[in-house]
Amino acid sequence: MQEICKWVVEAAVAEGAGYAEARLVDERQRALGTHNGRVGTAEDNESRGMGIRVLAQGAWGFAATPEFTRESVQLCAQQAVKIAQASSRVREQEVRLAPEPAAVAEWSSRCRIDPFSVPIEQSLELLRKIDEALRAVEGVTLAETNLNFRRHEQWFVNSEGADIHQTRTTTGAGYAAYAYAGSELQKRSYPNSFGGQWQNKGYELVEELHLLENAPRIARECVELLNAPQCPEGRATIILDSSQLGLQIHESIGHPIELDRVLGYEANFAGTSFLTLDKLDNLRYGSALVNVVADATEQHGPGLGTFAYDDEGVAAQRVPIVTEGEFRGYLSSRDTAAVIGRARSGGNMRAESWNRVPIVRMTNVSILPPADGPSFEQLIASTDDGIYMQTNRSWSIDDKRYNFQFGCEAAWEIKGGRLGRMLKNPSYSGITTEFWNSMDAICGPREWTLWGTPNCGKGQPQQTMGTGHGASPARFLNVRVGTAYKK
Amino acid sequence: MLSQDQANGLFKKLRRCSRASDVEVTFTAGRFALTRFANNTILQNVSDESCEVSVRSVFAGPEGIRTARAGTNKLDDDSLRRAVEASETLARVQQPEADLLPMYEPQGDGTVTAVSSRYSEETAAMDAFARAAEVEKMVAVARREKLNSAGTFSSGEHVSALFNSREVERWQRETHAQASVTMTAADSSGWQKANSTTAGDLDSASLAEIAAHKALRSASPREVEAGPCTVILEPAAVLDIVGFMFWDFSAAALLEERSFLNNRLGQRIFGGNINIVDDVRHPLQTGPGFDGEGVSRQRLELVRDGVVQQVACARASAERWRKSPLAAQHAGMQATGHGFPLPNEMGEAPVNIVFQLPGGARPQSVDEIVASTERGLLVTRLWYIREVDSYEKILTGMTRDGTFRVEDGRIRYGVRNLRFNESLLHLLNNVSAMSEPVRASGEESFDMVVPAMKVEGFNFTEVTRF
Repeated sequence: MQEICKWVVEAAVAEGAGYAEARLVDERQRALGTHNGRVGTAEDNESRGMGIRVLAQGAWGFAATPEFTRESVQLCAQQAVKIAQASSRVREQEVRLAPEPAAVAEWSSRCRIDPFSVPIEQSLELLRKIDEALRAVEGVTLAETNLNFRRHEQWFVNSEGADIHQTRTTTGAGYAAYAYAGSELQKRSYPNSFGGQWQNKGYELVEELHLLENAPRIARECVELLNAPQCPEGRATIILDSSQLGLQIHESIGHPIELDRVLGYEANFAGTSFLTLDKLDNLRYGSALVNVVADATEQHGPGLGTFAYDDEGVAAQRVPIVTEGEFRGYLSSRDTAAVIGRARSGGNMRAESWNRVPIVRMTNVSILPPADGPSFEQLIASTDDGIYMQTNRSWSIDDKRYNFQFGCEAAWEIKGGRLGRMLKNPSYSGITTEFWNSMDAICGPREWTLWGTPNCGKGQPQQTMGTGHGASPARFLNVRVGTAYKK
Repeated sequence: MLSQDQANGLFKKLRRCSRASDVEVTFTAGRFALTRFANNTILQNVSDESCEVSVRSVFAGPEGIRTARAGTNKLDDDSLRRAVEASETLARVQQPEADLLPMYEPQGDGTVTAVSSRYSEETAAMDAFARAAEVEKMVAVARREKLNSAGTFSSGEHVSALFNSREVERWQRETHAQASVTMTAADSSGWQKANSTTAGDLDSASLAEIAAHKALRSASPREVEAGPCTVILEPAAVLDIVGFMFWDFSAAALLEERSFLNNRLGQRIFGGNINIVDDVRHPLQTGPGFDGEGVSRQRLELVRDGVVQQVACARASAERWRKSPLAAQHAGMQATGHGFPLPNEMGEAPVNIVFQLPGGARPQSVDEIVASTERGLLVTRLWYIREVDSYEKILTGMTRDGTFRVEDGRIRYGVRNLRFNESLLHLLNNVSAMSEPVRASGEESFDMVVPAMKVEGFNFTEVTRF
C-alpha cells in the first residue's frame, strides 16, 4: 500500500505540486442493534480508497479514488493538481505550512479482544438479553440497543518523506428505554445517550460497561420520569455527571478553540468563534479549577481522539487549552498554525475517510481532575441546595459558541447534602465563559471517565468524526435552569 | 460512472454467489465535487468518485424470515463474494422473525421507475474551473462591498439503483448543484443557499448580493428583549424547523409510540391553513421514485386543512399495523413506498415535502408580509436546532446570519441573535401569512418546498452576545 501512495505522491509532484500527500484507507465496520426485540440493524461494511491532497500555485487541491491501478492513481494525481490550479484563481494569500519533521512510523491502538472475532451470535444474544431486561419493566414502550465496531487502517505518505501506517480499532455500545404515556414521552440511556460509550478499544469495552446489570435500573428510571415533578425554572446550583460535562466541554470549549473556525474558514457552515486571536493568553475562560487539554497521546487514554500521527503526518501532542482558568491554546493544522505564526501544528487534522480532506478537529479535549478532588459522594454532601443532572437529551449552541442550552434525561434534587426526588425534563443554559467561571468544585481522578462522541459534524461536505472528552462530575453556581420549558 | 448495464452485470454476479432464499442489491454511485471558500479565497477544493454496493440476503423458513446486509466499495470478485457471505452470515445467526416479509415482488409497477428530467449533461460535466468561476462571482460582490465571503459551490451526479431476485429493477440517475454564501461584516452577517438538479438554475451572483445586503443591513445589531413575538421566517428557516417533525409521520413510529402523532392521527392539530403533501414527482423535488425495497413512492396527503391525513408506511409497517390495535381506529394502512433499506430501526418517513397554500389563498411576498407587520422580527436562518420535548415537539435553536427588527411595516435594524424554545404544534397553529412555496435548502433538515411564514407568538427565550 505504501508503494501505491508513493506512486501517487511522485505523480503529483511531477504534475507540478509543490507539496503532495496520499492517504490510503482500508476500513471495516459492523453495526448490530435491536429494536423492541427485533434485530433492527445487522450490517457489515468495507470501504477502501485513497485521497491525495496537493499544494500547487499556492492553493489546495484534493481528489480521491477507490481504484488503485497505476493509471487510476496517475489520473487522480493529475486531477488534484488541476483542482489546485483552479483554486489558485480565487485567493488573497498563498497557503504556507508550518514545518513538521517527516515521520516514518507504525502504530496500532490497543485492542485486547478483536471485536470482529467475537461470534455475531454472542453479540446479538447480549443485545437480546438487554432488550428483554428493559422491556420487562412495566411502562417501557420501546427498547433500543446497539453495538458498533470499526477498524480503520491508514497509510500516509507525503512529499517531505513521511511514511506512516496506523490502525485504530473502535468499539461503541449502549442502549435506551422509552416510556410513552398520555401526552409524554421519556427516555433513559446507558452508559450515555446517542449510542452509548465509544472508545479506541476492542470487545473488552463491551465487557467493562456492565451493560446488562444496569438495564433494569435504567428501565425503572425511565418509567419513573413520567410521574416525576418538572425541573423548576430559575437559577440554581447544578452538578453535572461526567458524560454531560464531556458534551459541555465538546460544545463550549472544543469547538471554539478550533483555529479554522477562529480564522473564518467555517463561517458558512459550522460557524466562527468568540475566541478571536486577541483572546489567546488574555481571557479568563473559567475558574481556577478549570484545566483543559487537547491530548491525542496514548497516555491520555483510549479516546476516540487518540492516535500517533494526525492525517497530515503531525505527531500526537498534548496541547494546553485552559490552564487554571486562563485561555492558552487552539487546535491547529500546519496551514492554520502558519497563519498565526506558530512554529508547529498542534496535530489536529483529521479526515472522516479516504474521500474527505482533513480538517481541524478535536482530539481528546478533556478537563483534568484535581488529584485531591472530592468523590462524587463528597461533592453531593457538600451541596446544600442544588440539582444533579445526568445524561444528555438535547444540545444547542450559537455559531460563535457563546449561548448554549442543554437538556438532560434525568435530574435529582439535592437538599442538605443528599440526593432527593427525581425531576423530569431538566435543562440549563448560559453564556460559555460565565458558566465555566461559575465552576466551584470538580471530582477527583476516581470519578474521571474518557467519553467518546462518535458523531461530531463539521466541514463542507460534512464529515463525521469521533472525539474524546475526559471529565468528572463538577458543580456550577447560579446557573439558569428550566429555560427549555419556559413559556 | 456506473452504468445501468454495469449495475445489472454486477447484480447477476452477486446473485450467482448467493445461497440465500432471496437477494437484493442496491448501488449508490456518484461523482461529487465541492469548491469551498472563506476570506474571499478558495481554501478547499475536493472531488471524488464512488460506487458502493450493498447486498441484503433473505432466508425464508416456516418460522419466519432472517435478513441482514453487507456493503463494500471494492468491486473485485473476491470482495463482492465476501460481501454476499457477510450478509448471509449476519442473517443466518439471527432468530427467524414472523413479522418480516418476503422479498418485494413487482406489483405491476414495471422494472424501472425514474424521474428522467433530473439529469443535466452540463451539470455533470462541470469542472473545477467552472466552479471557481461561480465562486469568483460571489467573491466579487464581497470585494465590492468590502465584506468577507465564505461559502461553497458544488456539483456532481448520482445514481441510486436497486435490483432483487424477484425481478425488481430500479434505476435513478440525477445531477445536483448547490451554491451557498455567507457575507460577514465587522459585527453582522448575511446568508443565502440554493440548489437544483441543474447548475444553470443557480444564480451565484444574486445569492451573494442578497447575502451582502443582509450583512450590511444588520450592522451594529441591537439587543432586543427575549419573549413571545411575531416572526417572519424566510423559507430556509421554515424548512429547518419543521423538518424535525416529518420523521414522526411514520407508521412504525406510531406503532412504537415514539411519534408526536400518537393519539393525534385524524385530528386537527395545526391551523386550518396548513396543507402538506409528500410528492417525489413534484417539479421542485429531487430523488428516486422508489424506496429502500424498490416500492414505488406514492403521493401522500400528510396534512389537509390542519388535519393529519396520512403517514408514510413501509411494507412491514403495513403488515404490523394490520395486526395492531391501531387498525381498529385507522384501517387500511398500505405500503406507500417510503421505507428505508432493510433491516432498519426507523421504518419509513416522507422525504419529499411540499407545503401547499389553502385553495384560493393568495401568496404574499416576504416584502408584503413585512409591510403588513406592525412589530416583529424577520429571520433569515435558524441554527443548531435540537428537540427538547418529543411529544409536544418543542425545539430549541438560534437565529443566525441576518435577524431584523420589523416595525410599522418596515425593516428597521439588525438585532442580536436569539434562542428559541418553540413547539411545532404552537407554530403551525399560528401562521398568519405565507409566501409562495419555493424549493429551499438549509443545514438542519432535508430540502423541501416551503413558503416563508409569519408566525404569531414565536417563543424566544434568551439573547446571545452578537
